[in-house]
Amino acid sequence: MNEPATLGEALSRRGISRRAFLKYSAYLASVMALPASASQAIAQGLAKARRQSVIWLSFQECTGCTESITRSSSPTLEDLIFDLISLDYHHTLMSVSGDAAEHAREAAMKENKGKYIVVVDGSVPLKDDGIYSTIAGITNLQMLKDTVKDAAAVVAVGSCAAFGGIPHARPNPTGAASITDIVKDKPVINIPGCPPIPEAMTGTLAYILSFGKLPELDHLARPKAFFGETIHDRCYRRPFYDKGLFAESFDDEGARKGYCLYKVGCKGPIAYNACATLKWNHGTSFPIQSGHGCLGCSEPHFWDQGGFYKPLAAHAGVSAPLIGAAAVAGAAAGGAAAWIARRHQQRYLAETEAIDRSVGKDKG
Amino acid sequence: MELLQFSRGPALTFAIAVFLLGTLWRLIGILMLERRRVDAEARPGTPTPLAAAASGVLAKMWPHKTFLKSSLFSVLNGYVFHIGLAISVLLFAPHVLFVKSLLGISWPALPSNVVLAVAVITAGSLLASLVHRLTNPVQRLISRIDDYVSWAVTFLPVLTGIAAVAHIGGRYETLLAVHILTVCAFLIWFPFGKLMHAFLFVLSRGTTAIRFKQRGAEV
Ligand code: SF4
Repeated sequence: MNEPATLGEALSRRGISRRAFLKYSAYLASVMALPASASQAIAQGLAKARRQSVIWLSFQECTGCTESITRSSSPTLEDLIFDLISLDYHHTLMSVSGDAAEHAREAAMKENKGKYIVVVDGSVPLKDDGIYSTIAGITNLQMLKDTVKDAAAVVAVGSCAAFGGIPHARPNPTGAASITDIVKDKPVINIPGCPPIPEAMTGTLAYILSFGKLPELDHLARPKAFFGETIHDRCYRRPFYDKGLFAESFDDEGARKGYCLYKVGCKGPIAYNACATLKWNHGTSFPIQSGHGCLGCSEPHFWDQGGFYKPLAAHAGVSAPLIGAAAVAGAAAGGAAAWIARRHQQRYLAETEAIDRSVGKDKG
Repeated sequence: MELLQFSRGPALTFAIAVFLLGTLWRLIGILMLERRRVDAEARPGTPTPLAAAASGVLAKMWPHKTFLKSSLFSVLNGYVFHIGLAISVLLFAPHVLFVKSLLGISWPALPSNVVLAVAVITAGSLLASLVHRLTNPVQRLISRIDDYVSWAVTFLPVLTGIAAVAHIGGRYETLLAVHILTVCAFLIWFPFGKLMHAFLFVLSRGTTAIRFKQRGAEV
């Protein structure tokens, strides 16, 4: 059988009904907060789209992002669309192929020059010429530069690729850098999260396929559709926050009643992500619903924010010795100022007494 | 996020250090001064210095009837924003948590939306005090740059705090960082300007009362 020319054709060959396809387009339009009319445009765009060549590079990462996106527990339509992109190279999934995989990458780059999308998970070590992570003897830095050279766009998946993530955490021994630190001449989309929400990933790819352009991005190059609001904005525990009802620990009465987790370190107020609305595992739950505060994993430097269990309102490392020294210095300065002032006072009193005495003598 | 890290860490450390240094400098400098002698013989029934000071502090909580009418707005408005500030600063849950992280002590907080309402009233009252200062000829004449800076560094934390809680005018983390930076400005200015009255009003009222009472004068 011939290779299907378009996505629409490929989907129908897989037995996906038009109704199911329209349903998916409507779902996509709704999760991306697009107007209802966009659903039709997505359906048409996707049906006509050609299979997009994708090269997936995995650098300093834990494979959590790939796990999240390729989870196979229950294949959904978006999984199928994901299948139907032409995943020409995936370092982790193809690692057993060895040399052949590298040739596949090179061939895909040549065939789809200027058109392929590079998806990257993991950060890139820059220290000591990038020797801390190599694939087939090529440093991550070199592989990224070579692969991105002829790409149409780059999608940095996961917080490590988007912001350096955990490898970038202090003291960052490998000099880990994000993709945007390195790639300056191609459009880069960040889909952060540790791991990112699968729908954010597939939704963004589907958007690019349907409309042939990048979705609207925020100042950190994240699609606004998924990263436009904080977890706190859409958290179902928010009424408790507003009422001042907080869990003080993970097993107290407040925790059992589902009170707000701010006091036990929730970073929801500064975390821009869609967990509270899309949730995980097909809308089953998300960390706050399971009783744990948000770690703010879709934000830069989330690992170094002063502690996962420290409330957001806590100071971030106010230096006690410095403050103590300032207090001692202040007390010493006050003591010295008073001592000088007392000497002036005493001199003044002695002078006035002397004047009093001489006035008394004159009168006498 | 970086601005937030800066404001919660180095900026806050610097501001608290300046606050403590300046405040202790001024307070210890004043408290260790030579006591001024009152040469007049103590009148019969002169209260102990502590009682005299306490009565002096309390007596000045409300203006003398001669000035009541002319100063009623300033006094009432002053109470509104002072009490409002105390509630907003001390009874907002994130503030209580901040103090807890710093000093290890904590106390119950009020619901966030109640504090938000109080903060809005406080901001309105502070604005009214500025308008009054600018429109009242006497107040305007006696106002110095210190008064305006002290007003600004008090008003800005309230304003940015409201903006942060209500998510108005920017992203939450930016508003929070700006809020903390305005608090830093408050702390840095505090010991060197008129905000120091928060400590000094007790000392000045108290000493005046002790001296007056010894001479048999009312305060
Ligand atoms: S649990 Fe976290 S995100 Fe939810 S309301 Fe509380 S602080 Fe906000």
